[in-house]
Amino acid sequence: MDENTTKITHLKLFGLPKLLPHLKPHAPMMIGMILLGIAGSVVDIIFPKYQEYAINHFIGGNTLDTIVPFTVTYLLFLIMKIIFDMNSTYMSSKIEMYIGRDLKKKSFDHLQTLSFSYFNRNSVGYVHARVMSDTGRIGTLVSWYLMDCVWNITYMVGALAVMLRTNWKLTLIVLVVIPIVSAIVALMQKKLTDANRQIREMNSKITGSFNEGITGAKTVKTLVTEDKMYNRFTEETSGMKRVSVAESRYRGILWTSLTAASYIALALVLYRGGILNVEGVMALGTLSLFMSYAMGIMQPIRWIVNSLSQLITVQVNIERLTGLLETASDVADSEEVIAKYGDMFEPKRENWEELSGDIEFENVSFKYPDGDEYVLRDFNLKIPHGTNVAIVGETGAGKSTLVNLVCRFFEPTSGRLLIDGRDARERSQLWLHSNIGYVLQTPHLFSGTIRDNLKYGAPDATDEEIMAALETVSAAGIVKKSEKGLDTEVGEGGDLLSTGEKQLISFARAILCQPKILVLDEATSSIDTFTEQLIQNAIEKVIEGRTTFMIAHRLSTVRNADIILVVRDGVIVESGTHRELIAKKGYYHSLYTRQYEREATDSAFAEMK
Amino acid sequence: MKQKHSTKNRETARFNRQMLLSFLRGCRHFFVISIAASVLASLCELVIPKIISFTVDSVLGGEPYELPAPLGWAEEIFRSMNVGKLLTLLAGLILVIAVLMGLCKYLENVFNRKGSETLVETMRNRLYGHIGRLPFAWFMKNQTGDIIQRCTSDVETVKAFLSEQLTSVVSTTLLIVMSLAFMFGINTTLACIALVSIPVVIAYSAFFHGKIGARFQYCDENEGKLSSIVQENLTGVRVVRAFGREKYEVDKFTAQNDVYCNAWVKLSFLMSMFWCAGDLISGLQVMIILVTGAVLCVDGSLSTGDFIAIMSYNGMLTWPVRSLGRVISEMSKTGVSIGRIGEIMAAEEETDVPGAVDADLSGDIVFDHVSFGYDSRTSSDGAVHEILHDLSLEIKKGSTVGILGMTGSGKSTLVSLLCRLYELPEGNGKITLSGRDIREIKASSLRKNIGIVLQEPFLFSRTLRENIGMTFDDVNANEEAITEAARAACLDETIRNFTNGYETTVGERGVTLSGGQKQRTAIARLLAAAPPVMIFDDSLSAVDSETDAKIRAALREKTADSTVILISHRIQTLMSADKIVVMAGGRITEMGTHEELLKQNGIYKKINDIQTGLPEEIAG
Repeated sequence: MDENTTKITHLKLFGLPKLLPHLKPHAPMMIGMILLGIAGSVVDIIFPKYQEYAINHFIGGNTLDTIVPFTVTYLLFLIMKIIFDMNSTYMSSKIEMYIGRDLKKKSFDHLQTLSFSYFNRNSVGYVHARVMSDTGRIGTLVSWYLMDCVWNITYMVGALAVMLRTNWKLTLIVLVVIPIVSAIVALMQKKLTDANRQIREMNSKITGSFNEGITGAKTVKTLVTEDKMYNRFTEETSGMKRVSVAESRYRGILWTSLTAASYIALALVLYRGGILNVEGVMALGTLSLFMSYAMGIMQPIRWIVNSLSQLITVQVNIERLTGLLETASDVADSEEVIAKYGDMFEPKRENWEELSGDIEFENVSFKYPDGDEYVLRDFNLKIPHGTNVAIVGETGAGKSTLVNLVCRFFEPTSGRLLIDGRDARERSQLWLHSNIGYVLQTPHLFSGTIRDNLKYGAPDATDEEIMAALETVSAAGIVKKSEKGLDTEVGEGGDLLSTGEKQLISFARAILCQPKILVLDEATSSIDTFTEQLIQNAIEKVIEGRTTFMIAHRLSTVRNADIILVVRDGVIVESGTHRELIAKKGYYHSLYTRQYEREATDSAFAEMK
Repeated sequence: MKQKHSTKNRETARFNRQMLLSFLRGCRHFFVISIAASVLASLCELVIPKIISFTVDSVLGGEPYELPAPLGWAEEIFRSMNVGKLLTLLAGLILVIAVLMGLCKYLENVFNRKGSETLVETMRNRLYGHIGRLPFAWFMKNQTGDIIQRCTSDVETVKAFLSEQLTSVVSTTLLIVMSLAFMFGINTTLACIALVSIPVVIAYSAFFHGKIGARFQYCDENEGKLSSIVQENLTGVRVVRAFGREKYEVDKFTAQNDVYCNAWVKLSFLMSMFWCAGDLISGLQVMIILVTGAVLCVDGSLSTGDFIAIMSYNGMLTWPVRSLGRVISEMSKTGVSIGRIGEIMAAEEETDVPGAVDADLSGDIVFDHVSFGYDSRTSSDGAVHEILHDLSLEIKKGSTVGILGMTGSGKSTLVSLLCRLYELPEGNGKITLSGRDIREIKASSLRKNIGIVLQEPFLFSRTLRENIGMTFDDVNANEEAITEAARAACLDETIRNFTNGYETTVGERGVTLSGGQKQRTAIARLLAAAPPVMIFDDSLSAVDSETDAKIRAALREKTADSTVILISHRIQTLMSADKIVVMAGGRITEMGTHEELLKQNGIYKKINDIQTGLPEEIAG
């Protein structure tokens, strides 16, 4: 769900209490920032007093007797103000960044402990926004918006105090304007917030349309629907224009009423103050002081209202981020397990047992945490170590379920998964994962060098071991052909390599950590026949002597498996050896036949060449 | 060579300038009104200190006065009033001016926005329309992400340049000039002090903003790095977990998080320094004017009211002057964005040859000695890699032609050429429709008559109804045709099982369809359009065999009068075609009916045998 489209929620005290623990480490700096901010604002209030003094004393008294101390103290105040402001703004930036950084770290760390059900429920984009943008917005709230409030409230209160002391009646006249302006500003601010949300939505729609027009170019052309697409697009852009112009109206009213209010206050002061001056109650300088303050206290209203409205919108970010931080993993190691085997960040490897690779499903029933239906019911299967299990079925049939359970990405809803005869929950996740090698269908490499990627599962591997692993999967060629060898950058997501190369590298990565259990998700996308042969050979080599789970597509892989599990609509419908299943003439038979047709046709053509 | 290069640069610059001017068409008057309103607002703002100065000096101070010439008539009235009445009048005048000023500010705001939004609308529409008319080959050469970035953030940059920066430079300059004029009208010494400081502040501010630009970029880059670490961690979560590398990920993230944070803190320090130095300069300037003004007053060469007015004018100048420096430094970044948009706008649109005609479908489609290769960019060795070699094929009107071949044999290229997605260069043979070279036929007319279903079909993020009825002008008027087409594609029932039925939105914001469902939607889309020529490019590959058979039966019935080209690797799909073509390596190797080809005893026969006579173990 797009973060901009969600309705504003209402938390207790805008969710601020939930933030307090995160602010605590920075409390001293925040207090310093606030105090300096107040000090800077107070100095600001003093400056108009100088103009008053100049008019009343120098001009009114027709003397320049105190001009030197006047200038010197003015300069001193100016320097004080600069120092206060510099420190408070710098502190504000620091607080913004430090709190943002801490929240980013906390949420990223927490994400590493969450189970797969969380990642299935939430899209990458959603989670990414929690880590990267919510944290930043919260940082800005507790620094800059807070500072805006401090500065402006101090200025308003201070200026009013000076005015009241000087002439309370005249002050009251000015005060009449404030509530009216505040009401208008608050109303417009609300409309602005709404309009801006609409603008953001429109904007992402327009970007989406550009995307559609470009990625769907072939279809648009062949359907000759350019005009229709264009018309739809112009509707969107003119909608955008409408909302934006409406936004500018609210903004215009807001600024206009603030400016007008300043001058209304000025006119009131001039009128009443003028009479007071004629009556001899108020000196000219004091009148000018009043005029300065009367105009000066209107702008702060805008910033205070703005900060408050930001607080209301940032609530959503606070809620989502704290929601993430409060989410508990549904696959977690028990305290006893952590005590013995250590946790993710501090493993106690000395207590880890060897894993041999016997796996047993014992009355396992399972449904996904976000699903209603059981995909496994009282499932029993003994897989002695070294067994080669193939899982077949159509795309999207739910072939990963068993793999998810074996890797303990999910835990059985009821029943037990035994590893080497003991419940998987009796040992730590990291212990299990350290013994698993995993090759994904769409190989995922991290940006960095080839070496970085290969060492991902085995940080201590030497270059010799790395090369040996590459040789095993016939991937040494990739490294040898490039100038920088193992130091070749693979680009973001490994995109500088071809799909086949990425496959081979991820094979080498998997076997480098000498796993006892191997999970292979075979690629469906076609790669050239040569690479395909390499991958085929690599598969045969790496599965030897390991308990292997393969989500398989190629006939040869499937046929040679010790046991085949056939999945349809999320449920295991058949299981057995290739021979048994073919004889059964069921679903496996039809799947196999279709794949056979495809492969045979392609190889017939390939032979012809 | 160098000469040539610079001519080209000049031409590009001229093109970009003209492009900007053409974008501005239709919104210039908004900007003119907006600037006029802002000047008027400034004038109002500048008059008020004058009124105050008059009040202080003449009304309260009792100094003799003369009203400026245009107001000479009012002088009598003024003199006849007492102080209280005069004060009421002047306060009232300020109120009137304040209201007028507020109105002007409002108009300035709204008209500027109207202008900028019209501008951005024009730019977006022009870009979208232009991109839609670019030849297909252009899309293959350019990265989607890059194009989108140009259409969004570069457009924003150009918009900001034309609507905010240019107009604010104009109106701020006018404000500065006018307030200086008022100041000079009052006192030359003080006005000179103010005047001297202006270039200093602008230069300082422009210099600083130019300077920190690189640091901003550094911070942005580091944010990008941090962001992609998170992205990679999230997309690769299975790998991270399966290899138990959570700690490593956390360390990597923490290190970059610190780098990013510290880069910003460093930049913030510079920014704080800059702001405060700016404050210091302005503060000093105010102080100098205050002190000098006081001295001049005591001296008798400046009245109290004028002193107050000068202080007001000086205050009005501070912010616009400081922002002008920032605006100037930001304007320099616009050139890049203009160039990037210019590159898209300069790409040549797909055009028909002069005198192009509508497609005539009374005759046959003929490929006559066609050879074709994509341009060198797509091939790694730099040479043109030929996909089709001297290929000739006749497709009779109303007949069904089947094409069998493996991936990369040139089947899809053949189809793309027929739809003129790629233009067949002169001298590479020709493709004719009813005897006319398709290069002489309007592309739109050609494509309207030739429908195609791709292997990986593209659906629009609209409702299923709209997707199927994509080629209709009015989707709602063709409900019958749409359900009919859906039924033939075995999709009607599936759709009715969705909660929202035909109103279900597909794609990012709606439901995700399976590969087979997508293919069936695309088939329904084609059937609804019912063009005289229909091409199915391996378009049932993701559909299970039962549905496959059903759809084929429906297709035979639906497409009885149409010319049909079927591309598939399944003999079953192809066998009933009037003519079957076997393609390999860009050539036709075998051609004939199913029976004829079987007799030929070639690859077709072999594949047929493989597909019908399955090996013992399966048949067994």
